[in-house]
Amino acid sequence: MTELQRFQYDVVVIGAGGAGLRAAIEARMAGKKTAIISKSLFGKAHTVMAEGGAAAAMGNVNSNDNWQVHFRDTMRGGKFLNHFRMAELHAKEAPERIWELETYGALFDRTADGKISQRNFGGHEYPRLAHVGDRTGLELIRTLQQKIVSLQQEDFAATGDYEANLRVFHETTITELLLTDGKIAGAFGYVRESGEFLLFETPAVVLATGGIGKSYKVTSNSWEYTGDGHALALRAGATLVNMEFLQFHPTGMVWPPSVKGILVTESVRGDGGILKNSEGKRFMFDYVPDVFREKYAETPEEADRWYKDADNNRRPPELLPRDEVARAINSEVKAGRGTKAGGVYLDIASRLPAEEIRKRLPSMYHQFKELADVDITAEPMEVGPTCHYVMGGVEVDPDSTQSRVPGLFAAGEVSGGMHGSNRLGGNSLSDLLVFGKRAGEHAAAYADSNGPSTVAQSDVDAAIAGALAPFTNDGENPYALQHELQLVMNDLVGIIRTEAELAEAITRLAAIRERVSRVQATGGRRYNPGWHLALDLRNMLVVSECTAMAALERKESRGGHTREDHPEMAAEWRKVNLICGLDGEKVTLNPQPLPPLPPELLNLFEKSELKKYMTAQELEGHGG
Amino acid sequence: MASKRQFRVWRGDENGGDLQDFAVEVNEGEVVLDIVHRLQATETPDLAVRWNCKAGKCGSCSMEINGMPKLACMTRMSSFAEDETITITPLRTFPVMRDLVTDVSFNYEKARETPSFAPPAGVAPGDYRMQQVDVERSQEFRKCIECFLCQNTCHVVRDHEENKEAFSGPRFFIRAAELDMHPLDAKTDRKEYAQAEQGLGFCNITKCCTEVCPEHIKITDNAIIPMKERVVDRRYDPIVWLGSKIFRRTS
Repeated sequence: MTELQRFQYDVVVIGAGGAGLRAAIEARMAGKKTAIISKSLFGKAHTVMAEGGAAAAMGNVNSNDNWQVHFRDTMRGGKFLNHFRMAELHAKEAPERIWELETYGALFDRTADGKISQRNFGGHEYPRLAHVGDRTGLELIRTLQQKIVSLQQEDFAATGDYEANLRVFHETTITELLLTDGKIAGAFGYVRESGEFLLFETPAVVLATGGIGKSYKVTSNSWEYTGDGHALALRAGATLVNMEFLQFHPTGMVWPPSVKGILVTESVRGDGGILKNSEGKRFMFDYVPDVFREKYAETPEEADRWYKDADNNRRPPELLPRDEVARAINSEVKAGRGTKAGGVYLDIASRLPAEEIRKRLPSMYHQFKELADVDITAEPMEVGPTCHYVMGGVEVDPDSTQSRVPGLFAAGEVSGGMHGSNRLGGNSLSDLLVFGKRAGEHAAAYADSNGPSTVAQSDVDAAIAGALAPFTNDGENPYALQHELQLVMNDLVGIIRTEAELAEAITRLAAIRERVSRVQATGGRRYNPGWHLALDLRNMLVVSECTAMAALERKESRGGHTREDHPEMAAEWRKVNLICGLDGEKVTLNPQPLPPLPPELLNLFEKSELKKYMTAQELEGHGG
Repeated sequence: MASKRQFRVWRGDENGGDLQDFAVEVNEGEVVLDIVHRLQATETPDLAVRWNCKAGKCGSCSMEINGMPKLACMTRMSSFAEDETITITPLRTFPVMRDLVTDVSFNYEKARETPSFAPPAGVAPGDYRMQQVDVERSQEFRKCIECFLCQNTCHVVRDHEENKEAFSGPRFFIRAAELDMHPLDAKTDRKEYAQAEQGLGFCNITKCCTEVCPEHIKITDNAIIPMKERVVDRRYDPIVWLGSKIFRRTS
């Protein structure tokens, strides 16, 4: 009999990034005994990689900003496929969530009058991103981490035990959610260090596991991003929405090869950086799509004036939403105007004094100096698209963040709907705060009227058997198989897609599925990365299948989904969400109507703008 | 251009282990972490290593490379001679778990003992006002990525296990300094606490911590020395206090 440690909690939060920590804070402050499951060490989560800032319409730099403007920008960025209610809640609540961080000890950069400074970013009409240089994600994660420590100190003062009500399980991975009578009852996983198994009996689970980028070869995401939460939700009977929409960040490093994909913050462009091709041409002016034409400058002169006088000039096209910029770079490289390493130039050196660059973009300066031996104050960077973020995710109720499975909540990147077909930069840090808080609050309320929970021993035995299977399998090395999966997704379900390639991807994924089930781990159970990868692979696979199938189904181009064979955005498709589920081992895909915008939100837009996205029938409710 | 290079990697656990020799392919632009990953993907799938961002931002892949505490993701292979054998070992100050992974819970315990930010009474969220020049001093310390290389290199604990209980280490001196310099922190005894509870007095300013900091935080000059000086001012000597006002350090 394999040993198993058992725990009882009111709320178990899976994931220790921004969304998970914010959810845990809220659940603990609601008086619930809360566990945080951290796949890595506490404080190392992928949120630290966020650089630019957190978007919130505080109006500190431009007082014209308010939640309605932020809501409009978010819907435009998502090409109106966003769940309107999530975008509305996000825009309304983001400022409070940022201000609250200051009471936890956060130190954002300041305006001259001592308020939180805000910076320009792609797709945001006004300067909106609260930031700390270009290391905002680190500030966020550290602030939340330190708030958790302060709550543990309160518990220590009251009970003599730091972990009485809030405990972080370091380097622990959940492999299965367990249900009783169709409701969440527990979570099962292993500790990396010891290989021992843990069982959490709990009525409420918050998924905050982040994204799926590790299924791609070129990605800004770390090893943890294997779609664990997406896959756990599917296996528990929940659904995923819009998995075809992936954000390829336009500016990842392209050289040296070993760092290909590592992020170069959008702040470089927000602070004046421009994109040039190998012929030295500032090419973004050629790529402004019709839906955005009125808002973007047509000449370099006008674009450059905007940095000083934003009220009387239009924005530089380098600040278009990320999907547009990524496609433009892709086109330039395909047309033979790329650099030798397959990227384009991002130039800040000729735009700002060296001292200013080091001050505003310290971590970019550092990153290029140390990893590429490039001095960004003297020469341009080489950049190209990199898989960065998944807009799709667990389908949730916007207000409570609860999935279709009672007791299962999701917040942050793992949830879907908020960002529609494309996320604006800066909207993810605010998203994880707004919905992390909501998830914690609603999970706590749910735990009030449910639980304590118990799980069936047969389910635990099955989870143990599943986790140990790689040790008795006779298949191949998980690293080679992961590499193959990454190539399939990168080459066939990448930034530009076609029917033939997507169909081939699905065939190849089916072949990989059979091999994943036999993948083999060597060595023992203690801190064995090969075993862990073997277990992660089945998550990566099922999520990749969802993405490929939804991408094949959606016959239009919108945001983070570009079909070469269906290049236009189609108003009929805007009304459709594609929902992935699991039937046994088989991924299912079903269309579902997108909830229509209520009149008060519809009327925030000019009818002339909505016509670009919506059918005449949908616009009947519009007031003007 | 790919070439084969020589590596010695420590493998083992708390019961002991040894350096094992490997000849591994190295390509242009690669860092030491790439080599560790190549070993995992080929000869040693169960080689234990911590890493996350691979961009110097998360502070996970701390190890000792040719005896120097480093982030493996930021140590370029081009910084070594072609024929140099590269020796990779786990952090020495912390107990080994397996291979290159150590038990760093010492640091999390010290973090938990360090008093948290104390919000100012009567200031509502949204009403915090601070000047950039005032937050910058603390912001320098908040750049810390918690790689714990400073903790690992500090000889107070590196060679003296018995000091661990009374000594929090450089990472938590800068945390105390950060809060001490925070314009709105309501707690006023950060320095005294550092002296009395964190073992600030053990530090004899050899600056090893500053040297290994991948974020280039001036741990000794900007945090430890000012904390020590002001502790001394307040605790012992009005003349020193006066002197520090007249001959004030600029860095």
